[in-house]
Amino acid sequence: MGHETPAGDLRLANLTKRFGVFTAVDDLSLTIPQGSFFALLGASGCGKTTTLRMIAGLEQPTGGQVLLGDRDIAGLRPYKRPVNTVFQSYALFPHLDIHENVAFGLRRRGIRQVTDQVERMLALVQLEGYGRRKPAQLSGGQQQRVALARALINQPQVLLLDEPLGALDLKLRRQMQIELKRIQTEVGITFVHVTHDQEEAMTMADTVAVMNAGRIEQLGAPAELYEYPATAFVANFLGQSNLLAGDAGGHSGGDVLVAAHGSRFSVPAGRARVDRGPVFLGVRPEKLHLVGGPDQVPAGHQHVGGVVSDASYVGVSTQYLVRTAWGSELSVFAANSGVGGQLAVGATVTAHWDPRHAFVLPRESGADDQTAPLLDEPPVGVAS
Amino acid sequence: MRISRWVADRWVMGVALLVLFYLSLPILVVAGLSFNRPSSRLSYDFNEFTLDNWKQPCATSDMCDAVVRSMEIGLIATVVSTILGTLMAFALVRHGFRGRSGINGLIFLPMATPELVMGTSLLALFVAAGVPQGFWTIVIAHVMFCVSFVVVTVKARLSGMDRRLEEAAMDLYASEWQTFRRITLPLVLPGIVAAALLAFSLSFDDFIITNFNAGTTVTFPMYVWGAAQRGIPPQVNVIGTAMFVIALLLVGASSLRGRRARRAALAAPAVGAGTATSRS
Repeated sequence: MGHETPAGDLRLANLTKRFGVFTAVDDLSLTIPQGSFFALLGASGCGKTTTLRMIAGLEQPTGGQVLLGDRDIAGLRPYKRPVNTVFQSYALFPHLDIHENVAFGLRRRGIRQVTDQVERMLALVQLEGYGRRKPAQLSGGQQQRVALARALINQPQVLLLDEPLGALDLKLRRQMQIELKRIQTEVGITFVHVTHDQEEAMTMADTVAVMNAGRIEQLGAPAELYEYPATAFVANFLGQSNLLAGDAGGHSGGDVLVAAHGSRFSVPAGRARVDRGPVFLGVRPEKLHLVGGPDQVPAGHQHVGGVVSDASYVGVSTQYLVRTAWGSELSVFAANSGVGGQLAVGATVTAHWDPRHAFVLPRESGADDQTAPLLDEPPVGVAS
Repeated sequence: MRISRWVADRWVMGVALLVLFYLSLPILVVAGLSFNRPSSRLSYDFNEFTLDNWKQPCATSDMCDAVVRSMEIGLIATVVSTILGTLMAFALVRHGFRGRSGINGLIFLPMATPELVMGTSLLALFVAAGVPQGFWTIVIAHVMFCVSFVVVTVKARLSGMDRRLEEAAMDLYASEWQTFRRITLPLVLPGIVAAALLAFSLSFDDFIITNFNAGTTVTFPMYVWGAAQRGIPPQVNVIGTAMFVIALLLVGASSLRGRRARRAALAAPAVGAGTATSRS
């Protein structure tokens, strides 16, 4: 078995998977450091699960390598890899009890004395005493923990998690997020977590890779991705962004100048992905602040005027839509901290922001403003 | 008002009991007749209670030979058709190959064809091929129509099985064979067992196709048919009742076993359950 060999980073090199004419994973290369909690984040159909299945050996890559340390495991059968998976629907063996489910991997490797290890593992996932039950007799959250125990007991070099919390309700999901993070810190195994839930990825992972159409759009720490997204896709997939279509006009001092909708803005050079050509000027909704008029804008802040067209009160914050003079609607989240009152729909306001909170992204010429509509759920970083 | 309410609450149950009675009446008659001493050979009246039939179930050595022969044919046909049918079901569910949908349709043909037609055409085939009719032609004929039922039964079970369970097993270090042995087979086994029981009862029971292809061999249904002309010995009812009771015991035992396993599983974690649920 693999885990006697020296552990190492998991590297995907030019990994490609085609199904007929459809390219599910497109020339993917990335390195996942040993012992890290890595999240592959993307909408359904973006190739994240296919990537995971290629690491597990359940799918043969069309091209490229899966390297564990220096060893290419891409051609190995699933049972020859020091990798274990927590499946989306858990895939617990219905005819075996919990004890035998957890012991399955050990037994297949010819280990006879499994009871102690199984008991220890069940204790780790807080399921002591459940060994004799069948999977169908457990709740969703308990089944999820059995699936985790069944994979972890083998001490794999890499643990793959395929939307492991997708079937759980919100409260349980939060609880399991914390639990998973705790267990990962405790066992120190590399976790590769596939999810479409941006919040899940951000709360748990050290590094998040945002996938779109078989490619990685951006890879980095959650805060990095959120505060300074690399593409319009990331800016809107990870939370919400107000992206204003404009044109960058080069440097002025330490700033990049952007002309958009007849106004001139500037952004620190360190927050601009490009400094010339068509760009998006982006500001997160919670980084926008509303005041009554341009004279109340703090020094150094930049601003646009508009009219409040919608206000929804969601408890911790109020989410406003502000219609600008050119017709786009900006999202603005105002924390309900007790300072300042609620603004009425129809009020004339000025939205301002600190340029250090704005960012500049490349834009396909012709693309218009992208401002996300109000969400049902409060987005990351504002509520919850 | 109250009466109509009472009826409304119970009429489904009432109808169910009625249907159940209708279904089991013939079996009850057979069971009753097995304890009857008929007044004459051709009489089916209830005459006198006796245990003689059960004490000596072999009325004639012919009859018991026929029962044993039917059992032999049934067992061989069951084993062969279960193995063949299970393999076919796996091929049809798990592998894409040319002509798969065609075969899926053909599988139903032996079930849809009238037995008379099948019996005569099989006879024609055996005669044309110069195969002497007898024990083995019966076995061949039974395997042929049993396979269809086995394929359909096992296929239903197999296609209801989650492929991810096998992937999970492979992920947990089980080789292809171990995956089959530990996961696939145990999960499909109830379907295979059901298919085998069905095959046996079909084979044991078959008269029409058998009659065409038996030559001089006599199976139990053929014996009963022949005996009916000159008076059925009451021991036939003993065999019938015994078969029914054995089948009933098998079904009862398996459901009892399932219930006991469930109860044991529920009772086991009584200690841990309290602490663990309070935490979850």
